[in-house]
Parts: sequence; C-alpha cells; structure tokens
Amino acid sequence: MKARILIPVVYLLSSHVVMADALNDMFNEYKQKGVSSINEQAGETLWNKEFKDKNTGQNRSCTTCHGIDLTKVGKHIRTDKPIEPMAPSVNKRRLTDVKIIKKWFKRNCKWTLGRECNAQEQADILTYLKNQ
Amino acid sequence: MKTIITATGIVGLILTASLVMGDVDKYEKSERGEGFFSQYIGKTLDVAPINNTAYKEECGSCHFAYQPGLLPARSWQKMMGDLENHFDENAELDKDTQAELTKYLVENAADHADYKRSKRIMSSLGKNDTPLRITETPYFIRKHDEIPKRMVQDNPKLGSFSKCAACHVNAEKGAYEEDEVRIPGVGKWDD
Repeated sequence: MKARILIPVVYLLSSHVVMADALNDMFNEYKQKGVSSINEQAGETLWNKEFKDKNTGQNRSCTTCHGIDLTKVGKHIRTDKPIEPMAPSVNKRRLTDVKIIKKWFKRNCKWTLGRECNAQEQADILTYLKNQ
Repeated sequence: MKTIITATGIVGLILTASLVMGDVDKYEKSERGEGFFSQYIGKTLDVAPINNTAYKEECGSCHFAYQPGLLPARSWQKMMGDLENHFDENAELDKDTQAELTKYLVENAADHADYKRSKRIMSSLGKNDTPLRITETPYFIRKHDEIPKRMVQDNPKLGSFSKCAACHVNAEKGAYEEDEVRIPGVGKWDD
C-alpha cells in the first residue's frame, strides 16, 4: 500500500522529472512565440561562439565563465567565484527552475551577445544543454 | 567506595564537557559590548551580518555578499537602480526581487546602523558622497593603506580588495578584526 504512494511520489520528485517540467514550460512558451523546430547543433554553436564587447573590445562567449567542459566547475571571469557545473548530468539542480533559467538567459545573453537571446536561440541552447 | 569514585567520575565528565562546550563562539554572545566604552561605540560585531536569504543568494552569486551596513542608503539606491550596468556586468533582477532587495539594503544601510564599521564609514564620507565601491570609502582606504601592492593588487591569488572574505576569514559573519586576517599566499597580516 505504502509503495503505491511512495513510488510515484519519489518518481515525481526525481530530478529528471523536475527538469522535464521546467523545460516543457519553457518550450511551450517558445512555441507560442513561433518556434517550430529546435536544433541542438545550432545551440552548441551559439554556446561556443565568441562575441566582441563594444565597450571593452574583449571577446566573450558562454564558455568564458562556464568553461569548456560543462561537467566541471566554472569561474566568474572577474570575481573568480566558482560556478557550479552547467551540465545536468552532474548537477541535478540545473534547468529545473523556470525563474532561474529566465533570469540567467536575460543577464548573460545581454552581457555576452550584447542583446537578449530570442526564443529560437534560447530553445536551441536549452536543447544542447539538457543533453550535457 | 565504588559509588564515590563513579560519582566523582561523572561529575568530572560533566565539568569538562561544560568547559569545552562553554566556549561560545564570541560572535554569538550579546552584541552590545559590556565595557565602559563599547556601550557607546556600538555592538561588538563590526557590521550587521546578512539575514536575508534572497540577498545572500542573488547578490552573493557572483561575489562576496557585502553587508548593507558597509555603504549609505543612497549608494544602494543608486546601485539597485542601474543593475544592467553593475560594474560592467548585467545583474538585472525581476521587478519584485529588485524591490525586495532594495528595501532590505536601504533599511540596513550604514546611515542608521548601530555598528562600529558602519558608523566609521559614514563619518568618513561627505554628506553627498555616494560611493558605489566600499573600497573607495575614505575609511576603507585608511584601514588598508599599509598593505603593500604585492600582497593584494599584484598578488596572483587575490588581485583586488573587493574579495573581502578571501582575507577576512569571518567576513560572512560580519567580523573584520585585523588579527583574523589571513592573506592568501602571504599568511597572517603583521603591521
């Protein structure tokens, strides 16, 4: 009897379900903004692409702080603060909270690309990241 | 005879335990000093520690979570009003969180904080000075002006004065005592 309750509860609380829920919400939003197909390769390319900051002239990319290996701890380029691994395969907290996903997309795209990432770009990046 | 020995042993154990556990973390004792002068100087902690989880999480996610009592309210207002340009970084927040954190900072700012460092920082500022960097306040500069460049700016393990907790081992508790300083790659500060 207890197992009938416990097993579904444990399953629902397991991280891959939480991540699936958050990503579902995000992808539904992107669909409503007109995104009809997702491209993991495009996401990976964008993640690694370098952009030149117009103020400082320095090159930046997502890997500047998150590192080349997403399963390892990254480092904030200015404060040296450690950044927990981006890869959901080693960091169960990644991509599980819509509010957090949106916050970092807004800040980090603006800082790296100089503008917000549009719905297609976000969808492609999330598709790439969720498989790391 | 046996009973007396056992009883003494138990009492001895209790006394030893209370001696060891009686050494309460000095930062958990009553905050206001009991001495003649410290009653007037303010609480024994240097600055009020952070007691807002959202502040610790949001504003401590990239750098040390600086205590609100280290800058005047007007500085925090200015900073929170331009998070898109937060020292060449984008630190934007959603409207609700931004409002909540601004309120927390302003209410706990140095202007009306009954803590030693808060008062000293405020005394060192002109009425209209609105520093955005704690490290630019005259009080801070004065307190750190004997440290050679090789220990901070030119120290590969450090690089800047902005990483308070890197040297001030109890900074997160609101304690910045000089004798608790351990500079990375250098050791105890000795002036």
